[in-house]
Amino acid sequence: MSKAIELPELGATGLLRYSWRQLTSMRTALILLLMLGVAAIPGSVIPQRDQNPMKVSEYFTNSPTLSLWMDRFSLFDVYGSPWFSAIYILLFISLIGCVLPRSVEHFHAARALPPKTPKNLDRMEFYTTWESQGGEMEIAHTLLRSSRFRILQENNSISAEKGFTRETGNLFFHLSLVLILIGVGLGSLFGMRGYAIVNVGERFINVPTTYDSLTFGKLLSEKDLPPFVITVDNFVAKYNTFTNAPEDYTLDVSVVESPGAQPVKRTVKVNSPLRFGSTNVYLQANGYSPIVTVRDSAGNVALQGPVPFLPQDGNLKSIGAIKVPDADPQIGFVATFLPTQARDSVRGGISVFPEALDPKMLFSIWRGDLGLNTGVPQSVYRIDTSKMERIGLESLKPGESFSYDGGSITFETYVPWVNLQVVRDPGKNYALLGGIVAILGLLASLFTRRRRIWIRISESGKVEVAGLAKNSAPGLEAEIARVVSSLKGEK
Amino acid sequence: MSETWAYISNYSIYSAMAVFTLSFLAHAYETAWAVRAPQSTDSTDGNLAIKTLDYTRTEKASRIATALMILGFILLFTGVIARGISAQRVPWGNMYEFSITGALAFTGAYLAALRKYDLRWLGLLVSIAVLLTLGTAIAVLYRPSAPLVPALKSTWLVIHVSAAIISGGVFLLANAISAAYLYLDSMERKGPRTLWAQRLPSLEVLDQLSYRLVAFVFPLWTFAVIAGAIWAESAWGRYWGWDPKETWAFITWVAYAAYLHARVTIGWRGRRAAWLCLFAGSTFLFNYIYVNIYGTGKHTYSGL
Repeated sequence: MSKAIELPELGATGLLRYSWRQLTSMRTALILLLMLGVAAIPGSVIPQRDQNPMKVSEYFTNSPTLSLWMDRFSLFDVYGSPWFSAIYILLFISLIGCVLPRSVEHFHAARALPPKTPKNLDRMEFYTTWESQGGEMEIAHTLLRSSRFRILQENNSISAEKGFTRETGNLFFHLSLVLILIGVGLGSLFGMRGYAIVNVGERFINVPTTYDSLTFGKLLSEKDLPPFVITVDNFVAKYNTFTNAPEDYTLDVSVVESPGAQPVKRTVKVNSPLRFGSTNVYLQANGYSPIVTVRDSAGNVALQGPVPFLPQDGNLKSIGAIKVPDADPQIGFVATFLPTQARDSVRGGISVFPEALDPKMLFSIWRGDLGLNTGVPQSVYRIDTSKMERIGLESLKPGESFSYDGGSITFETYVPWVNLQVVRDPGKNYALLGGIVAILGLLASLFTRRRRIWIRISESGKVEVAGLAKNSAPGLEAEIARVVSSLKGEK
Repeated sequence: MSETWAYISNYSIYSAMAVFTLSFLAHAYETAWAVRAPQSTDSTDGNLAIKTLDYTRTEKASRIATALMILGFILLFTGVIARGISAQRVPWGNMYEFSITGALAFTGAYLAALRKYDLRWLGLLVSIAVLLTLGTAIAVLYRPSAPLVPALKSTWLVIHVSAAIISGGVFLLANAISAAYLYLDSMERKGPRTLWAQRLPSLEVLDQLSYRLVAFVFPLWTFAVIAGAIWAESAWGRYWGWDPKETWAFITWVAYAAYLHARVTIGWRGRRAAWLCLFAGSTFLFNYIYVNIYGTGKHTYSGL
């Protein structure tokens, strides 16, 4: 005789069914929900590539080994990481697995009539009884119908039920979360985002080459860019004279929506972007572009035009690089633009107000190899001076020139630039709809109560009223009291 | 003109603090003096040494305490409105303003709940919390009244921030009640409640009350997050970007969602539910304090 304990075989299907039950159980869902919350924390503490690529590269410079390991665990891309995705995908599978069967069940339950009146009403809540005066059933029927109870009328009793909205709202709330997830997914598959710096007076043509940076969703290509052209006519920034904080940015543009169309004047503000279908154009940042003319020793123009500088602080002290690759040997200017210049004993040239009230450009002049042909991408705001020698140091106000050995530079004037952010997100309307349904569903499920009320006239001529509230929700007592007083003919 | 209003605002808030201090003292008096020392005539059996609670003795003090709380609320309300008038915008532009409005919402939530439930015992806690908030606001966070930065100039400021502040006020009230629950629960485990704690509601009532507050305000918090997303879409070009503030708002949402599920579906009650509620509330506080002051990202409007 074998002594082994016989375990029931689970088998493959059994195991699957078991795992599915576990996954869709409420306890698992709750654990996943809490895990999702905890998993979101590192992304708020560690810099993320999406939001702050500069900080991330700082991490890599400061502690390379640690950063490498952190990167292996996707700690710089938490919200797109495999482990974060795993949690929310499992959570959503669990949610769907829980909500779909409940939806079907609820759909049937909502169309069924309430169950029969129980035999012993006196065991239910708020039982009331009194001698019948006649006509109670009719009054009860009209009353309950008008307060939208679903009614099962039997010979001498009424069974009424209300509050299915609670479960309906609950189910809609959970399904709407799926809709939000779909919206987010569509946005990342079919969306695009790009940035471009445009000087006032220049045009932005919506083709990939005009962008400074551009990323496409996995299922979108550059052919899908809508063919609009934006001319930046004017940009005005207003600053508070006490706090130096910006008060208002106004950008005036002319827009040609498609080739051959008439230009239309539009105004863009921080909170009101230009909208073309599902593509929006936002005003993101602003700065100054000094306009310079660089001549060689013969007086021929080697470079002319605005050069965007990168703001460094709230008073728009900006750094930039003027590169003259066509000069021989090559010339570069490492420059700082101060909108309202002042001198600080420690920091040297500073700006004391973000508006260009007293602008000045400080620069050093470098001669040699700019290193543009090495194939390594370079910042447009910086110059690699390792193969260059410094031949001069100067500061100019608008209109002034400076001659150095081998040429001259004129600081003609300056224009503001704006950083346009172009975003296409075809999924956002689904997410918005999901959000609205979620709130409505929540309200319905948290503020309605499912309850039953029974009325019976017993053979001995007594009226009996009782009720039952699911989850012992409050308010039924008052409701039954109202029914009773109407049935008794009290007002 | 606007300077006058700024002065009115500041003086209203100073006066509100004075009034809340008096209210705190009245609440403290009530809590302490209701305890009656044993008197020889009280009893002739062995329970002679047992102190009793007699609220008829402190009825007046408790009325005064609540009246002062209402007066403080009105003064604080005036202070917040005057601040708005002086800056010619809604007064939610920096952390000082968030704090005074938050204190207003918290007091408002308490007074509103007081109409329905016997919560006067909580007044001691509410008045000290409001005093601390206002004190920090004035001492550390104060900034002169100034116009808004361009990104904040939107109708959504009113909608999003008001929803967030009201939700926060109610969340913190639920937190206070959960904390009271845990404290009384551990007290009851050791034996009968101490005398002063006897007037506090039963554990069941506290448990139910903190749940009701959360269930009531959870849709509003959901709305605050969604309204923020709509605003972010028009200001920053994306409705969700895992900015630290957004992340923590999400964590708070998830924590309260877990709390509601734990209660409604699994049937958690008592200690576990109270701890979860406290945890959820602390994520809200962390978001408010840490992310505003030390955080990076787009929500750095503290003005610090």
